Amino acid sequence: MQAIEVDHVSRIYQKYSARHRFQTFKSALVKGDLFRALRPDELVTALDDVTLSVEKGQTFGVIGENGSGKSTLLKLIAGIAKPTTGEVRTHGKISALIELGAGFHPEITGRENVFINGIMLGLTKKEISGKFDEIVEFAGLEDFIDAPVKTYSSGMYMRLGFAIAINVNPEILLIDEVLAVGDASFIPKCLDRIDDFRRRQKTILFVSHDLITVDKICDRVAWLKNGRVQMIGEPKRLVDAYLQDVAEKQERSFEKRQKEPPAVAQDQEERRENRWGKREVEITRVVLKNTHGEEKHVFSPEEGLLIEMDVIAHSPADDFVFGMGLFNSQGICCYGTNTLLEDYEPVSIQGEGKVVCRIEKLGLVNGTYYLDVAVHKRDGYPYDYHRNLYSFLVSSTHKDVGIGRLSHGWSFSPGIGVKSPQR
Amino acid sequence: MRIFRNLKELYRYRVLIQNLVVRELKARYRGTVLGFLWSFFNPLLLMIVYTAVFGLIISPRDPAFESKPLIYALYLFCGILPWHWFASSTLESANVLMINGNLIKKILFPAEILPVVTVTSNMIHFFFGLPIVLVFIPILGKKLTPYVLLLPVVIFVQYVFTLAFNLMISSLTVHFRDIKDILANWLTFWFFATPIIYPMTFGTIQSSAPLRLMLNLNPMTHIIQGYQYCLFYGGLFHWKRLGVTFLVSLAFFVVGYMIFDRLRDSFAEEV
Repeated sequence: MQAIEVDHVSRIYQKYSARHRFQTFKSALVKGDLFRALRPDELVTALDDVTLSVEKGQTFGVIGENGSGKSTLLKLIAGIAKPTTGEVRTHGKISALIELGAGFHPEITGRENVFINGIMLGLTKKEISGKFDEIVEFAGLEDFIDAPVKTYSSGMYMRLGFAIAINVNPEILLIDEVLAVGDASFIPKCLDRIDDFRRRQKTILFVSHDLITVDKICDRVAWLKNGRVQMIGEPKRLVDAYLQDVAEKQERSFEKRQKEPPAVAQDQEERRENRWGKREVEITRVVLKNTHGEEKHVFSPEEGLLIEMDVIAHSPADDFVFGMGLFNSQGICCYGTNTLLEDYEPVSIQGEGKVVCRIEKLGLVNGTYYLDVAVHKRDGYPYDYHRNLYSFLVSSTHKDVGIGRLSHGWSFSPGIGVKSPQR
Repeated sequence: MRIFRNLKELYRYRVLIQNLVVRELKARYRGTVLGFLWSFFNPLLLMIVYTAVFGLIISPRDPAFESKPLIYALYLFCGILPWHWFASSTLESANVLMINGNLIKKILFPAEILPVVTVTSNMIHFFFGLPIVLVFIPILGKKLTPYVLLLPVVIFVQYVFTLAFNLMISSLTVHFRDIKDILANWLTFWFFATPIIYPMTFGTIQSSAPLRLMLNLNPMTHIIQGYQYCLFYGGLFHWKRLGVTFLVSLAFFVVGYMIFDRLRDSFAEEV
């Protein structure tokens, strides 16, 4: 039995520019034809031939980047918007958590808003009276329910909205990224409620950027990309594929940024500030690669990093030290070393050459990192110092924190029941 | 027909409409010391101002008002009160879909509820003003007659006409925001093109056929005159004219609703 069927649905949004609007208003008055004048001048395809179905009792996740059509899909299923072509069929009462507390009136009390919002969501007055205490308790607003909603904090506002919506007791629950705003104690409460829903064989459509939760609670996942269904299937596989895609995209945009020549004068100024030394020995080019020798800018923490420096000694030298330093976005040095500290004895350098620093495993946490490279004399006299001129991203599904990821593992005595991660 | 289906759907939402009207009324005076009493005080103060201005300053002595300025003030008030209902509903309706954009975008419910709520809550304000007129009629020296009981007929016609016009205005303003500004000026003109501050019996109107025609083509003329007959003159209104006005209002309602329905799907992305 299908709870939601989306059948070859497209949704095209129309854009009316301000100038166009003015012209049409004039011409609409002159010609007396309002409808013809309402023709849009630009079309945006938010959803393009999307087909998917959700079985009753299933928890279905929808992932995708911003602007990929997730919210549009949700609105179509909720019936708030109509598909341009295709058909959406739903079986059972729907409650949509698209924006919590949409329709709260700031001037009237929480109590009155509960009633009006409940009626808007399809409850009768009697049903609301019956559930009123439960709603207030769930929201934790016993002391404030008779205060005007404008005095609520945004968290209180959201909690009340969620409490009402979840108590509509729908057959189909649509959730759009609403858990993102809750505080640490409220989110588990919401997730409990969602779990409770799943146990009672209700259908849930869950749109989120929180891939860990998607992976945890969903039975099936659809990945939307640019308004099209990229993939539908088992959560783990999809989340991984999606992350891979995001990483590739980051890679491309990073590459583009790195390749852009520092054309602006100010940029050059900045570069000069971040690079000093007389360049008797010069670092002409720095390339970041993984251990397979592929040029990259986005790395997983498990990957290795090669820092390749092309160097040229304009005059022969026998006192030189190569160094590097890794800084995170807060400017904290995560690691730094040079050839002198590691007891490489400089003998001679002349003409062109290549220096490679090989890190077997990055072991850093998520974030952007900046790289210093330098060549200088043993006493510190700089030949060529590049400060924060290169950057790369570390991206992973783990949300661990700190400066670096220490190589570690967990073990438990037999009395402690633990399910290992499947990764 | 679609309009009947829509109306049935609207009926299903009557509890919501009722609650939204109550909310609107509560929210309007929330935070004021006098609260609901303002609904009485506003028309009362207005009445006092008219009485003062026309009784003491302008002092018009026209035979149409028994040559008494205070009778003229009463006449004025009988027309202005329902006009105020019409005008403020219309101005609010021009904005109502935009102000409640959040609802239209996020919650599934028929958008026409919003202009319905606007017209209805303004009607209730009008109801609060009615007792003031009824009290002032004997005070200022006129007689209350049983024709007052015919008021609901006039009110009903005005409700249909106002709603028809507001459905049209609210949906069109979503696309043409200029309407809001045009409307403010248009309503001023409309106010003077309706026999509110002058009676139809004025010699200038009676002697000019085009002027009479213009006034008679204005539906508000017959509605306002309906009130004036029930309250001020204490006689039966021109029931034929009011009947035609009602039919015109109904037709207007169908057209207004059709425009609204036609534009409905664009609201969620335009507001």
